Amino acid sequence: MSEDDERQQSPPSDLDFVSTKARNCNATGSGSAYPDQVLNNVLENVLHFLTSKRDRNAASLVCKSWYRVEALTRSELLIGNCYAVSPARVTARFARVRALHLKGKPRFADFNLMPPDWGAHFNPWALAMAKAYPWLEKVHLKRMSVTDDDLVTLAELFLGFKELSLVCCDGFGTGGLAIFVNKCRQLKVLDLIDSEVTDDDTDWISCFPEGESHLESLIFDCVECHVNFEALERLVARSPSLKKLRLNRYVSIEQLYRLMIRAPQLTHLGTGSFSPSEIAGQGDQEPDYVNAFAACKSLVCLSGFREIIPDYLPAIYPVCANLTSLNFSYANITAEQLKPIISKCHKLEVFWVLDSICDEGLQAVAVTCKELRELRVFPVDAREDSDGLVSDVGLRAISEGCRKLQSILYFCQQMTNAAVIAMSKNCPDLVVFRLCIMGRRRADHVTGEPMDDGFGAIVMNCKKLTRLAVSGLLTDKAFDYIGRHGKLIRTLSVAFAGDSDIGLKYVLEGCPQLQKLEIRDSPFGDAALRSGLHHYYNMRFLWMSSCSLTRHGCQEIAHAMPHLVVEVIRSADEEEMDTAAEILYMYRSLEGPRTDVPKFVTIL
Amino acid sequence: MANVLGTEHDLNFKETELCLGLPGGIGGGGNEVDSSPKTSGKRGFSETVDLKLNLQAKETGMDLNKNLDNGSKEKPVSAKDPTKPPAKVQVVGWPPVRSYRKNVMASNKTTGEESEKASSAAFVKVSMDGAPYLRKVDLKMYKSYQELSDALAKMFSSFTMGNYGSQGMIDFMNESKLMDLLNSSDYVPSYEDKDGDWMLVGDVPWQMFVDSCKRLRIMKGSEAIGLAPRAMEKCKSRA
Repeated sequence: MSEDDERQQSPPSDLDFVSTKARNCNATGSGSAYPDQVLNNVLENVLHFLTSKRDRNAASLVCKSWYRVEALTRSELLIGNCYAVSPARVTARFARVRALHLKGKPRFADFNLMPPDWGAHFNPWALAMAKAYPWLEKVHLKRMSVTDDDLVTLAELFLGFKELSLVCCDGFGTGGLAIFVNKCRQLKVLDLIDSEVTDDDTDWISCFPEGESHLESLIFDCVECHVNFEALERLVARSPSLKKLRLNRYVSIEQLYRLMIRAPQLTHLGTGSFSPSEIAGQGDQEPDYVNAFAACKSLVCLSGFREIIPDYLPAIYPVCANLTSLNFSYANITAEQLKPIISKCHKLEVFWVLDSICDEGLQAVAVTCKELRELRVFPVDAREDSDGLVSDVGLRAISEGCRKLQSILYFCQQMTNAAVIAMSKNCPDLVVFRLCIMGRRRADHVTGEPMDDGFGAIVMNCKKLTRLAVSGLLTDKAFDYIGRHGKLIRTLSVAFAGDSDIGLKYVLEGCPQLQKLEIRDSPFGDAALRSGLHHYYNMRFLWMSSCSLTRHGCQEIAHAMPHLVVEVIRSADEEEMDTAAEILYMYRSLEGPRTDVPKFVTIL
Repeated sequence: MANVLGTEHDLNFKETELCLGLPGGIGGGGNEVDSSPKTSGKRGFSETVDLKLNLQAKETGMDLNKNLDNGSKEKPVSAKDPTKPPAKVQVVGWPPVRSYRKNVMASNKTTGEESEKASSAAFVKVSMDGAPYLRKVDLKMYKSYQELSDALAKMFSSFTMGNYGSQGMIDFMNESKLMDLLNSSDYVPSYEDKDGDWMLVGDVPWQMFVDSCKRLRIMKGSEAIGLAPRAMEKCKSRA
């Protein structure tokens, strides 16, 4: 599961600082070639063991030699913003890259806040990598536009290509997939997660080459088209290393059964629809689903249940005791249906669920899941005025039962400060706190007060907090708290909050670790924007939409900071010369304005 | 009063026979004077209520659509005035749930439940007495009772709708034929409609059936006798 996987957060790419410092520092032993060579060899062997990006960035700053050797030995590249640095610059610096992680659009693009075709094209990267790193094995993309041609490039120009992971991507279809899987003979991992895949009416599953496959992970639960089940069954049968299999909703529970009995070694399973198909064979016996699950002794991560018929839920009882991760976030089940399952899940660490289980269901979770680290509660009915199924009651229950909680995403209709304060005290290990009160600017439903104190308590008491999303009725006071106490916060999401510029000022002046700031529909204007000038180079990006910014204000920033790319994005019907800046998206970059700018974007 | 209602239903039912879609006779015929006063009273009332609700739902739907269009243009005026609670306009991108998830949840809701908007599928559960498992069918995949009966026959091989007429509908015109069917050990499909009442399949025009059917149960003819009175009344009313 990886809707914004927090654990992959990495510190800022320090490429710009490195290039300046490296030039200014004296290399050790630069006089003669011999010591240099020895040094380089030794360094190379030592630095080879450095895997963490943070360590590597630090090593590259030591001196020129170290910079060079580090560049030679870095095999895994993590680029948090594909526009911060160009493919050319990357291939010039790093010589032997085997794995590339690349992120494109900002997160608010997921919620239709950004017009389509904004950018983040993988194509220039694919071509550059093909020339520079023919031994590239792994590509992991998030929120990028990938075309069928790009998939073909990966398959044809990288002979040992092993792992492709596309998270929240779009632009490709089953046609491209078919060619990709056919030509990648060494493929171990194909993970399509939350991506939009066009149905080109191509049977891509049949295109996997015959013979034993190296597949370890095949994830396609987001692919919204039928798959050739017989071909899939044969594929699973000839993939002895397959550990992760996540099926889409077109796979019925009978078909799931047939796959499971062929792959009892699975550790991660996405069950597909978890309901029977309409077409029954003549005189079909109901398969022994319980047995199939019981045979999967290594199963630790279970998801799917896309069109669940709850009658079949008891089939999963045998695996509950071993599960560390359970994703019910597409299963519209009640508390009563959840209880017999969750009461067996003693080892559960990650739980995603719908609010259909209500506060009562959450109470059941709190009773059993003492090891819970991450909880996400999604709304069945994602509208502002829908019935609230979970509330402060459920939140409080979780906080009391799941003391080891590190990450929470909670959608609700109403909340109280008291419950949030309770969580801040009961769960001191919180790293990620994202509360979404779906009613905009909703106050504490018991006291009628703003939610300032609740969020204030979170930043005060949760000393490890790095990611925060706020909602409900919030005054500038909330931001004062965040600025004062949220010293480790790296990502902050704000919507329909605050009173005036000073709110944003508190945050920009108070949070030194802030890297990603996304704000919508809040009354922050140009003056607030100016207060962050000292910090913007330390940030990955700033997003502000439907705030009180003007083009002039954004222009000022652009003038003051040459290494910032300041994009003003219009929605379709806006005139180019509007004074208001509807969407501001700005990010540091070594490259200046990008060349693939669509019509609705102006770079100041 | 009931008789007056009955007569009205009479007329309406016949009208419905000729021109489908007239709201007056929604599953009306079956709930005549007798069976349970509750049912007929409820039916008479609920028809009107249903009409109203449907209209309202349509209007709300349209309003919502309008608001969605306006949502993207919503200027930050309300943002500058945070103390006033804003109108419940559905705003673009709020709540922050991915459209994929929103769409999946919306389409899952239509499974055997009431939905206000026309959906592309109408899944209902099908159970057969004595069979160990349920099936799901998408009623919108069939255009007539005949097609449905063929599909059900494939799913549940011991089930045949042999005694049904050429259109696959129970011949409600013929009282004795109906009684034969219900007295036999053949299976008879029944369905639960929007109001929670169990009816014999085939009592209303096909489209009306698709719109009102919540789930299907295939039961033995002899057990379906309990549904007979309504069916009988239908025959009587048409005589």
